[in-house]
Amino acid sequence: MSEHKNHISTYKSHIVVLLCLVLLTILTVTITSVHLGPYNTTAAMVIASIKASIVLLYFMHLKFDEKIFRFMVTLVIAIYLVVIIITFFDYLYR
Amino acid sequence: MEQSNVAHTDHFDPTASKLGMWLFIFTEILLFGGLFIVYSVYRYKHPVEFHLAHLELDVTIGFINTIILLVSSMTVAMSITAMQLGNKKLSLILLAITLLLALAFLVNKYFEWGAKIHHDIYPGSEFLMSLSKGDMLFFGLYFFMTGLHALHIIVGMVLLSVIFVKVKNGSVIQNRVSLLENGGLYWHLVDLIWIFLFPLFYLIH
Repeated sequence: MSEHKNHISTYKSHIVVLLCLVLLTILTVTITSVHLGPYNTTAAMVIASIKASIVLLYFMHLKFDEKIFRFMVTLVIAIYLVVIIITFFDYLYR
Repeated sequence: MEQSNVAHTDHFDPTASKLGMWLFIFTEILLFGGLFIVYSVYRYKHPVEFHLAHLELDVTIGFINTIILLVSSMTVAMSITAMQLGNKKLSLILLAITLLLALAFLVNKYFEWGAKIHHDIYPGSEFLMSLSKGDMLFFGLYFFMTGLHALHIIVGMVLLSVIFVKVKNGSVIQNRVSLLENGGLYWHLVDLIWIFLFPLFYLIH
């Protein structure tokens, strides 16, 4: 077993990650309370994606695990994005 | 030959068990992903109704629940750290805090849904049926998606409770934290889904 290369996240790093996530949440609520027209949705989705990436990389440990996990998650997200794009091509140009 | 039999009874492969957990998580991502696409398409077709209907939702409760889930995600991650460092007691305390936060989330959800149902807004209610198609779709999706998410919270609580007992009685030990890690992954998934549910239902203008 490869005990020596097992990465153990520190308590401090978890707290820093949580603070980032809380700040981003407050930022989303503030941004969407201002009227930016269609950019509200874009801003909210961009921030949500950043938060999701932080959770995936740090809490779900993808940054420190074997590369295969990162590869698989990226692949699944890519497939999902393709499905979204195809769906909207259908609805926008019907 | 006899030795290999002994080895088989003590099979432990953390990478494989994590791989299995991730495969399961992918099915969950695509389940909710499909629902998010349904939501986007209907919102694209009924933008005005979706905008007006979302004003009914309480941003404060949604915000509090977001923070609760984020903190609980941290406590479960810390519980794994504690276990890896061999601090069983702290690990158990952090797991218990996670469970309490999950319960707090559900209590909030109960009051939130309760207020909606009190105002006659629930799938199939007479009031909702008298509204436009867009309103019906918004609230239908709201109840279904947050309901399915709440179901995942309950499943996560059962899972974390089982893990709590296993950590307590010594089935999960310092060098074999796979079960705890996989439980943590599931809990982070629940958090991940909420990260998208919150802005889409509560914040969109």
